Amino acid sequence: MKQFRIIINKFVRQTMLGIAVLSLLLLVVIGLTLLVKALPVIKEHSLWALLTDSSWKPFKGDFGFLPFVLSTLHVSIIAIIIALPVSLLTAIYLNTFASKTIRHFFEPAIDLLSGIPPVIYGVWGTLTIVPFIADTLAPHFVDYSSGYSVLAGGITLSVMIIPLLISVLIELFRSVPDEIIHASLSLGATKWQTVKKVILRKSFPGIIAAVVLAVSRAFGETIAVLMVCGNMAIIPKSIFDACYPLPALIANNYGEMLSMPNYESALMLGALLLFMIIVFFNGISRLTLYHIEKRFQM
Amino acid sequence: MEQTGQPHNVSIENLDVFIEANHILKNINLTIPEKSITCIIGPSGCGKSTLLRTLNRMHDETPEVRISGKVTVDGQNIYAPRVDVINVRKKMGLLAQRPCPLPMSVFDNVAYGLRIHGMRNRKDINQRVVQYLQYVGLWDEIQGRVKSSAARLSVGQQQRLCLARGLAIEPEYILGDEATSSLDPISTKKIEELFLKLKEKYTIILVTHTLRQARRIADYLIFMYMGEIVEAAPAEQFFNNPRCQLTVDYLSGSFS
Amino acid sequence: MRLDLKKKEERFFIVLMIISALLIMSFLGFILGTILYKGLPALNLDMITKLPGGGFYLGKEGGVLNAIAGSLMITVGSVIISAVFSVPLVMYINFYLRKGSFFSNAIRFSFDILFGVPSIVYGAFGFALMVYLGLKASLLGGIISVSLLIMPVMMRSFDEVAKLLPHNLPEALLSLGSTKYEMIKVLLRQLMPALITAVLLSVGRGIGDAATVLFTSGYTDNIPTALGQPAATLPLSIFFQLGSPVEEVQNRAYASAVILTVIILVLSFISRYFSAKYSKNKI
Repeated sequence: MKQFRIIINKFVRQTMLGIAVLSLLLLVVIGLTLLVKALPVIKEHSLWALLTDSSWKPFKGDFGFLPFVLSTLHVSIIAIIIALPVSLLTAIYLNTFASKTIRHFFEPAIDLLSGIPPVIYGVWGTLTIVPFIADTLAPHFVDYSSGYSVLAGGITLSVMIIPLLISVLIELFRSVPDEIIHASLSLGATKWQTVKKVILRKSFPGIIAAVVLAVSRAFGETIAVLMVCGNMAIIPKSIFDACYPLPALIANNYGEMLSMPNYESALMLGALLLFMIIVFFNGISRLTLYHIEKRFQM
Repeated sequence: MEQTGQPHNVSIENLDVFIEANHILKNINLTIPEKSITCIIGPSGCGKSTLLRTLNRMHDETPEVRISGKVTVDGQNIYAPRVDVINVRKKMGLLAQRPCPLPMSVFDNVAYGLRIHGMRNRKDINQRVVQYLQYVGLWDEIQGRVKSSAARLSVGQQQRLCLARGLAIEPEYILGDEATSSLDPISTKKIEELFLKLKEKYTIILVTHTLRQARRIADYLIFMYMGEIVEAAPAEQFFNNPRCQLTVDYLSGSFS
Repeated sequence: MRLDLKKKEERFFIVLMIISALLIMSFLGFILGTILYKGLPALNLDMITKLPGGGFYLGKEGGVLNAIAGSLMITVGSVIISAVFSVPLVMYINFYLRKGSFFSNAIRFSFDILFGVPSIVYGAFGFALMVYLGLKASLLGGIISVSLLIMPVMMRSFDEVAKLLPHNLPEALLSLGSTKYEMIKVLLRQLMPALITAVLLSVGRGIGDAATVLFTSGYTDNIPTALGQPAATLPLSIFFQLGSPVEEVQNRAYASAVILTVIILVLSFISRYFSAKYSKNKI
């Protein structure tokens, strides 16, 4: 009986170790698999050419990723420009000024916002933002816009990354030691002065990390942008033009790609690019956030 | 500082403090004499730090705390409605238990208080910072390093920096919350000497964790136990001729 | 005068903050409101009890039971797979490895990164994997890809709580002479509410995601009866129906969106309930 316990214990430990090692390898396996799949097209065109070429004609074997890369960038930048001020102010409010009751009211709402599936955001975007841009906003600036545009993608994405930003920012502000805050307050600083000169200052690297995290979330978002961006493989000239972010490209073309040489490989390259950029950005910002957390845990 | 004709002291009437359902301070009545050092002593958990923090309204930052009663500073009840908490805190400089430099340079730490209270002129700020760094004896020790991060100072130096920071905004009272408990004996001595120098200009109220420190520097003592004041008396009377049995027991070390 | 200025500045920013917070709340209301407003009129019992009939995609009768069933199957399957991996993993890094050891930090780090990997990449990876294994787009393919997607969600959320478990409990158990495995069983019971919250969170993530299943699970008008058959999912059914030019079909997309939203809302409320219960137990 005793032996049995020991054997089970050992077995469980070994299994767990195995799972742990496997899980560490997962990132590498994903990266390598995508790389192997992407190799054919890279061999044929060179990575630099693929990234800087703006012509996307799979039938002729032209795989220029520039329009998609730029579209992704434009959409994500608009999203963060809209989301950051709102999230920053809300996070400061909830962390420093709001009463407990108000916090208890807001936190589930923010959780809920982050739980809403991308496809629902997409439906909402097509129902409200796209027509708003086409009928109300764009006519002031350009002759014609279908509404399916960079701006529509940016706005939809901004709402999607707000919950992530707020939760990382609140976590960050919470980790600023009370002692420092009290030191500032006991000198007669107002709360806002304390926020501005102590909390924001102390958490500045963390705010950058949060922004990077949110931008890379925006990079990878697929279905919602697919539904509101218009999906035209051109470099957008204004925010009212249609665009075609990288994830949307991959999602949109999966069915038909098998018949053309290198098409699948090119799409896999798209996935690989997304993967590498996001792993890189996430890695840096997570390390920054760990570092901050550790420094404050004295 | 404007000098009013008002009595220049702190008095507390019928003060009760609750944290959630716990009655932390029970019916405190006190008058604290000006331009002297008053030490609050008592076993840990007796409410001495809580009492100190009621004096600059730091409890405002913890919503669980409920306060009733009157705390009069210079003739004005600081818990009256419409009192500006910023002014109260400016008037009551607090030195915390652990030195807590703000995440900026030595210079900016001292300048911080000046700037938040609206001082803009560089020369004035510069002059004031140097003056108070000199006052706490830090200027000579760290000559030239005023632009480096305050976190690099030794703990003892940090505490003196915090004192300089508090003094620079020219408070009228100095509150110390076990201000030397994290310091080595030499740094402690330096801070104590500063307190003795400061009491000529300021009213100083210290929560202290050691009886010996109270013996060294206190002019008046307040002994608290379980949220109540057991005895408050001038130092000499307190140590040599205490009135309460509890005080006698505490002084003889039968509990702490 | 100066004093007035800094008070005014503070008040100004507080007003800005409240506006921002209300803006975010109104976004939530706006989104839910839009979905309900457009979807409720088209919602009926048929939608959730019937398979798409002939001519469904031209606006004739039928429902999206295929998608509901497919989504549930994929989600349940992937939650099980992901729990099989993440529960032992969390137990291992918290109770076997030293606190703050390099290995446990590395695992947490890699899962934080995996958490950020977009679902389209999991979809592409899952697809590549299936091609390699010779699988068609199927229920199984969907389950594998979605379990990769939700594993980081489950692992991180569960780990967050496991990390906070007071260390005297494991010690007390070990000092009673239990093996580590027996200790783990007791700790798991203790951590059950956290596990449930983690599972609900990953169910929400899994059931709502479209990009992962887009090319791994296929699409069908029937309920799959074997792992090798294709499976429809709710998000994709919304996506496809919305792409239709027929108005009735578009309206059904909105109704399907209501169904998905309601599922998410219910999950969110249940998980709130469990996490609230858990924090009560802790105090």
